[in-house]
Amino acid sequence: MHAVDFEKTSLAGALTTALRFSLLMLLVCGLFYSTSVTLLGGLLFPARASGSLIQRDGQVIGSVLVAQPFNSARYFHSRPSAVNHDPTATGGSNLAPSNPALRERVAADSARIQNLEGVSAHAIPVDLLAASGSGIDPHISPAAAALQAARVARARNLDSEKVHQLIALHTETPQWGLFGQPRVNVLRLNLALDAGAETDTRHD
Amino acid sequence: MFEIILIVTTALLLAWPLGRYMAAVFSGAPHVSDRLFLPLENLLYRLLGIAPTQGMDWKRYGAAFLFSNLVLGLLVFGLLLLQHRLPLNPDGIGPLSWDLALHTAISFLTNTNQQHYSGQAQLSYLSQSVVIVTLQFVTPAMALAICVAVLRGMMGGRQVDGAADNSERDLGNYYVDVVRSVVRLLMPLAAFMALLLTSQGVPSTYQGAANVALVDASVETQEQTIPLGPVAAMVAIKQLGTNGGGWYGPNSANPLENPTPLSNAIETIAIVLLPMATVFMAGYMLQRRGFALMSLAAMGLLSALCIGASVYSERLPNGAFAELATAGANMEGKEVRFGPDLSALWATFTTQTSNGSVNAMHDSLNPVAGLVTRVGMLVNAIWGGVGCGFVNFLVYVWITVFLAGLMIGRTPEIFGRKIETREITLLGALIVLPTLCILVFTAITLAVPAITGHSNPGFHGISQVFYEYTSAFANNGSGFEGLGDNTPWWNLSCVVVLLLGRYLPLVLPLMIAGSLARKRVAPVTSGSLRLDTPTFCLTLVSVILILNFLSFMPATVLGPIGEALALAQPTTIVTEVLP
Repeated sequence: MHAVDFEKTSLAGALTTALRFSLLMLLVCGLFYSTSVTLLGGLLFPARASGSLIQRDGQVIGSVLVAQPFNSARYFHSRPSAVNHDPTATGGSNLAPSNPALRERVAADSARIQNLEGVSAHAIPVDLLAASGSGIDPHISPAAAALQAARVARARNLDSEKVHQLIALHTETPQWGLFGQPRVNVLRLNLALDAGAETDTRHD
Repeated sequence: MFEIILIVTTALLLAWPLGRYMAAVFSGAPHVSDRLFLPLENLLYRLLGIAPTQGMDWKRYGAAFLFSNLVLGLLVFGLLLLQHRLPLNPDGIGPLSWDLALHTAISFLTNTNQQHYSGQAQLSYLSQSVVIVTLQFVTPAMALAICVAVLRGMMGGRQVDGAADNSERDLGNYYVDVVRSVVRLLMPLAAFMALLLTSQGVPSTYQGAANVALVDASVETQEQTIPLGPVAAMVAIKQLGTNGGGWYGPNSANPLENPTPLSNAIETIAIVLLPMATVFMAGYMLQRRGFALMSLAAMGLLSALCIGASVYSERLPNGAFAELATAGANMEGKEVRFGPDLSALWATFTTQTSNGSVNAMHDSLNPVAGLVTRVGMLVNAIWGGVGCGFVNFLVYVWITVFLAGLMIGRTPEIFGRKIETREITLLGALIVLPTLCILVFTAITLAVPAITGHSNPGFHGISQVFYEYTSAFANNGSGFEGLGDNTPWWNLSCVVVLLLGRYLPLVLPLMIAGSLARKRVAPVTSGSLRLDTPTFCLTLVSVILILNFLSFMPATVLGPIGEALALAQPTTIVTEVLP
């Protein structure tokens, strides 16, 4: 039979150990871990580590991951954003289903889209009326793209079939066939439209 | 649905070997990983000035835990307060108010990560990637250390053979346990995960924000500023350590923080990985496979019921969209790449585990899914936070053992050690504590409409207040983010709830374990209560549910249940409840 001997520590000793511990952890976790992982990530995946930016004619015109506001009839429109698609102010509407303000907003948007696309309310996919969680969701559902195809084709004087083909080309399927929802990246689709338009003009 | 099953199964399959590895790490026995980690560990012990073999009884262990928190907390509070004068601030971010700095320091010190600021806009790179990342590593490691000490206590401590009866037992060395958790477990996992996330598009750079010229010339603003930074390193440990505080305001809903469905699957698995692995670890440490299986079954049952209810709820249309769009799932506050199922799964896991990160806005969830998030946080032991979740679960187990003992008329024992007056007194305090903290503060805040800061009217407004204190007490950190919570009242009242919700639920069980450890072990007979049976499992689940129903049913009726009923009957004038 024995009783374990425990160390006798003073208050000052306990506080010193705690202080050493805190400083060491700031060094190891905060500085060593953060810097080494960040630098290694940047080294292995340079483009993705710096925000997946897209350049056109040497100018940065967006990030694949960040929705832009589109207003013109010539472009596909992004989902509604509670923060005007501002990546520095990201966030959702935080409106509860029971909040009359949500109903008002959706009603106004629904009327606007019915008018713009010339369709009835029952044809509008939910994601085109619902504000995204981030406020910068870069995607819309394939149905929401299809809804806008006729209007974009008219505004650009294009064959609507061609626009639908372009949507199909830019529809991302679930990753590895397993993860996520089918979706269309609005910025990529619009850039493809612009690129196609340029090619067409050159041919004329 | 298939995707949900795939994610949950993968998490369980990874958690099993990981739990075994964790048991080996904390046993201190020689291990193949020693060659890699031992030199760094020994260096840290030397710099700390501790002898790694020196054991601690529960008092010394608890004191070391509290002292390390006190000092680290003060240090972090100072760093946050002075962030505008310190380096690594390329975007020139200004100072925090003192109450916001205090709330932020305590919130991250308690592993809660409740954020009353908006990440990228109000914190410098130093604050985010050094100060907060450090706490995101250390705080789960601290809770895991307490959990390990409690488990050791339930077995009579280390070197139990030949220990004198009724002598204080050796529960391990606190600093060694924390250092080992960080060095051997959290850091390698987080580094690996951070690289995976960067491969999917999570920024990993020290450059400042990127300026972008917009494509459509007809919109009012012609420029976009995209904040970047060392995001991936933080997101990895945020998910793994049941922390939840993200780099960006909307957390993992932000495509920069969670760019693809694959990154979402990885981040979802990371939420539950360590809490699940802790159950397996406990099985190995206690050398009781049956007990681990019973725990998995109890948690799994509750978890599956909650996931089912949440997914069902989010597949239903949002009431506000009726007749204005195609009848589809609730997409308000959600991202297209995830859709309703993956958002509901995340919302369920993140509240069950005290993680609190989000990939969809909880304020805009349908009421049933909103209720599920509250259930997860109130129970706080379905998987639960790293370390603290299993400790909470053990509290429910001890209570159930006591009640079951009374029902069959035997002395309540767990693994041969009697649960007596001292233990029951402490357990009683642990039952009353959440009720006191959450309900009293909710009531005070609602009584003074000027300070609520709610942004939605009616039952949901009450929910917002109730949610904030629940999240603070559960050390969860998610929120109904519409709440205007950066005010002195919210910051300071949450600090009180955060502290009570962190330290008492960890220290009181440590006291119980210290006291159990000293007891003489009674031999197991045919009359002993068995903990590895379906009967005990269902009794445990019932006890968990009944305790929480009794405490929180009225508050839930005024919140999500009221909202659900009001939505089903839209003629009710809900704004009369809370304007």
